[in-house]
Amino acid sequence: MAWNQKHLLDIQSLGAEEILTVLDTARAFKAVGERAIKKVPALRGKTVVNLFVEPSTRTRISFELAAQRLTADIVNFSAEASSLKKGETLKDTARNLEALNTDIIVIRHSASGAPHFLARFLKASVINAGDGAHEHPTQALLDVFTINEKKGRIEGLNVTILGDILYSRVARSNIWALTKLGARVTLCGPSTLVPRVFEQLGCRVTYNVDEAIADADIINLLRIQHERQRKTMFPSLGEYSKLFGLNQTRLARTKPDVLIMHPGPVNRGVEIDSDVADGDRSVIIEQVTNGLAVRMAVLFLINGGQGPQGVAV
Amino acid sequence: MQRALTRIAHEIAERNENSSEVVLVGIHRGGVFLARRLAATLLAIWNQPVPVGELDIGMHRDDLDQKTPAILPTVIPFDITGKTVILVDDVLFSGRTTRAALDALNDFGRPKRIQLAVLVDRGHRELPIKADFVGKNVPTSSRERVNVCLREEGAADEVTLERT
Repeated sequence: MAWNQKHLLDIQSLGAEEILTVLDTARAFKAVGERAIKKVPALRGKTVVNLFVEPSTRTRISFELAAQRLTADIVNFSAEASSLKKGETLKDTARNLEALNTDIIVIRHSASGAPHFLARFLKASVINAGDGAHEHPTQALLDVFTINEKKGRIEGLNVTILGDILYSRVARSNIWALTKLGARVTLCGPSTLVPRVFEQLGCRVTYNVDEAIADADIINLLRIQHERQRKTMFPSLGEYSKLFGLNQTRLARTKPDVLIMHPGPVNRGVEIDSDVADGDRSVIIEQVTNGLAVRMAVLFLINGGQGPQGVAV
Repeated sequence: MQRALTRIAHEIAERNENSSEVVLVGIHRGGVFLARRLAATLLAIWNQPVPVGELDIGMHRDDLDQKTPAILPTVIPFDITGKTVILVDDVLFSGRTTRAALDALNDFGRPKRIQLAVLVDRGHRELPIKADFVGKNVPTSSRERVNVCLREEGAADEVTLERT
């Protein structure tokens, strides 16, 4: 077993062995969720804070339940109802949370690097729950967990990520995780949202959707993130749907055992048609179940990197 | 080793007259293989299959602050409520693993009783725990390591004592 991290800040700095350790551990925690009593005492007496400076429902609830199922205490912090609105800096907010003897801080922030910034001065462990367009490590871990569960392997698989790559932290974390584990990654979408520079990360970039999905074992669809786009990146949603949306006609031209994934929230009728999202190749809902198991595994492994006083050993 | 396991199986059969109440739960990893072997012998004695579960106690350890164990899935595909659960482990040492296992079993139901079967009892208990069935008592120094190798893991069946 390999895990030597006090924080989980990004996938880029993890080794393949560490990613596999998370997947193995998550397998055991998934079984806990299927029992009548879905709770284990692994983090008894520990305190976790969900510091969500950017809105989220899925990830926040997932971390909240994960901490509760490990018997940790968890406090939710949302930016709207906090001193951040009164002008307190992120550093001061985090220091105050730490003064309450918290052990793990889960942060979501619209600024890339915010979790790394906190990790530099906090004694508590920091988990990145999404920072700007940089990374969303637990999403990538749950995506590779789901792929591994369904396909039995990652190495050698063709994974196509389709949609808004430029503004997507999910895409960046997935690219790191998948390439470290030996998958071949293809990126596709409007050229304004899929810059060629991603080829430097070892990905294939194409603007032809039929070419991108023809030999794919997995198609991971990403939402168009209007909130991050400073200007219009493509003419209209209708045109996007026509050129890049996954519908039954396109699906018919893919491998018969292709997996359809989406990190949510889904824009039905834009990046994916309803009958595909709800179809038998879609694992979108299972991704949510697996996300809980993966976040339990991450909290469990992160906690193990600390001594009794919360000091890294 | 096989002789010791056969003897344990017979002792289990002798102690538990109502065979339909008995289930085996092995503690990962060695205990799981030993539980399967005991089940095979009990099948021959009782002429009826004995359910076998797999238990990982990593999430219930009392030293998670100091180290993070590798965790394997717990698989108990039957109801343990009202049953006689025979916990199976390879080595009984401090008793802390057994304590964690008793805790973990709690989440799966309320057994009628729990009995403990171990291949090797090496002494040095730190908790008030005692095995019901012991393959062999091996007096050891606390500085020694007891290694149980099993053919299921690709080795020859063997128990070795190692000085550390």
